Amino acid sequence: MPKRIVLLALPALAAYLFVLIIPTIRGSRYSLTDWNGLNPEYEFVGLQNFRDAFTSDASSRAIYVTAVIAISTTILQNIIGLLLAVGVNTRIKSRNLLRVFFFTPVVMTPVVIAYLWQYLLAPNGPVNSMIAIVSPRDTYPSWLGNENLALLSIIMVMVWQFSGFAMVIYLAGLQNIPEEILEAASIDGASSRRKFWSITLPMLAPAVTINIMLSIISGLKAFDQVWVLTGGGPAGRSNTLSTTIYRNAFQYGEFGSSIALALILTFAIAIISIFQYRPLLRREAAL
Amino acid sequence: MKRYTWRLGLIEISLIALAVVFAFPFYILFTLSLRGAEATASPLSLPESLNFVNYSDAWNKAGLGSAMLNSFLITAISVVLILVFSLLAAYPLARLASRLSKGMYWLFLFGLLLPFQVALIPLYQAIRDIGLLGSIWSVILVYVGLQMPFSIFLFAGFIRSVPKDYEEAAWVDGASTWMALRKVVIPLLRPITSTVAILNTIFIWNDFLTPLLYLTGTERITIPVALFAFVGQYVSSWPLVFAGLVSAILPVLILFFIMQKSVMKGFAGGLKG
Repeated sequence: MPKRIVLLALPALAAYLFVLIIPTIRGSRYSLTDWNGLNPEYEFVGLQNFRDAFTSDASSRAIYVTAVIAISTTILQNIIGLLLAVGVNTRIKSRNLLRVFFFTPVVMTPVVIAYLWQYLLAPNGPVNSMIAIVSPRDTYPSWLGNENLALLSIIMVMVWQFSGFAMVIYLAGLQNIPEEILEAASIDGASSRRKFWSITLPMLAPAVTINIMLSIISGLKAFDQVWVLTGGGPAGRSNTLSTTIYRNAFQYGEFGSSIALALILTFAIAIISIFQYRPLLRREAAL
Repeated sequence: MKRYTWRLGLIEISLIALAVVFAFPFYILFTLSLRGAEATASPLSLPESLNFVNYSDAWNKAGLGSAMLNSFLITAISVVLILVFSLLAAYPLARLASRLSKGMYWLFLFGLLLPFQVALIPLYQAIRDIGLLGSIWSVILVYVGLQMPFSIFLFAGFIRSVPKDYEEAAWVDGASTWMALRKVVIPLLRPITSTVAILNTIFIWNDFLTPLLYLTGTERITIPVALFAFVGQYVSSWPLVFAGLVSAILPVLILFFIMQKSVMKGFAGGLKG
C-alpha cells in the first residue's frame, strides 16, 4: 500500500485542527489574562482567574453543583440502567417493546425534554396534581424554585432521559455472556443471586466502565437541561460549570475567568477519561 | 428452563408498571398539545376534544417550517461530510504502520479527551473572523471538526477487524488502491457506517449550544433554538408550546421507531470501543 494514501487524512485533520486543537491552545492562554472578549487590550494576571474560580461564591457553587449532578446521575443511571437491562434480557413477552420504550427519551432533544419537565414541575403542574390526589396538603413543593429541589429536579430529569442509554450498553454486555457458563453454574447448583454476583456482574465490567465514564462526562458537561429547566436559578444556585462558562463569557464578558473555569472542567474530565481509557488505550497500543 | 414461570410474570408486571410511570411525561406532552388554550380541566385528564389548531398555530408562530428545513440541511450536510472525511482518514490510519500515521491516529484520539468548553470562545472568534457567523456553514464546520475523533475512532476500529486479504486480492487483480477502497473496503464497512451516521445524526439534530452561539438572531436557526425563542415568547400558553415541542421531536421519533434496532445497536456497539 503506497505510503502517500496518508494524505487522505488531510481534510479530517484540517477540520479537526481548526475546530478543536488550535482554539484549545489559544483558549488556554486567555485563562491567564483579564481579557473581556471585546477590548483588544488585556493584562496578564497570572493564576488570579484560577484562584477566583475556587474562591468566588458563584464559581465554587458551580463546581459543587456540577460535582453533585455528575455523581448522582452516574449512580442512579447505572443502577436503574442495569436493573432495566437485566429485566428486558429475560424471556418476558414485552421485552422488545420495553427496550424501545425505555430508550425513547435518549433520542429526544434535551431542550424539548427540559421544557416538558418545566411544565410538569410547575407549581400547579401535573406532578403536584398527582401529589394532590395521593396526599392533599396545604403547600406543594416548589420544584424549580427551591435551590435543593431545583438540583434534585435537574438530576431526576437527566436520569429519566439517560437511564435507557445505560440500559442498552448493559444489555449488549449481558448478551455477550455465553449461555453455557450460566447453565454450567446452574448445574453446579448456583442460585440466581449467586450467578448474578459471581458471573454476570464481573463479566459486565467493561460495560460498567464505559457507562460510568459516559455518565460522569455528560454530568460534568450538563448544559441544556439546566439552561432551560432552571436557567441556573433560583438566584444562580443551580448553575453548573457549563452554564457559568456560557454566562461569564457571553453575558458578562469575562472571557479570562470563563476559560479558567473551562480548563478546570477539562482537567477534571481528562483525569477521569485517562483513568477510564487506560485499558482501552493499552489494547490499542498492543495492535 | 424455557417455560414462562411466575417469576417471569412478576418481572414483566413490575417492568410494565415502571414503564407506565416512565410514560407519564409523554402522556402529558401529547394530551396537552391537543388541548384547547382556555381549558381549565385538570392537566391529568384526557382532552375533551382534539385541537389540532395548536399545531398549525405553533408551526406558524415558531417558524418551525424554516427551522425544520435548516435542521435538516445542517444535519444532512454535516453527516455526509463527517462520513466522507472520517472514513478517508480512518482507512490509512488503520492500515499504515508508519510513524506518521500512528502519530496522527493518536492526535485524533487525544481529541476524545478534550472537552469543548476551552475551545468554545476562541473558535467563536475564528469563525467570526472568517465571516461565517450566521451562516449554516459555521455550524457544519464545527460539527465536522468536533466529530472527527469519535467517528475516526469507530471507523478505524472496525477497519482493523476486516482482514486485509480482500483488498490484497483486488490489488493482485490489478485494482488501484483507490479502486480497492471504493469497490471492496467501503461496502464491507456498511454496519459501522450506519452506526457513525446514526450517532452523528441524533447528536447534531438535538444540539442546542452550537446553533445558539452561531445562528441566534438569523433566519438560519435550527429547531432547538427556534423552540427556545418561541417558548420565551409564548410561555403562558402551554398547549401551544407543547404542540411546538411535539412537532419538533416527531421527525426524530419516527426515524427512531423505523430504525429502532440499528439505532440501539449503534449506541451500544459504537460506544463499546
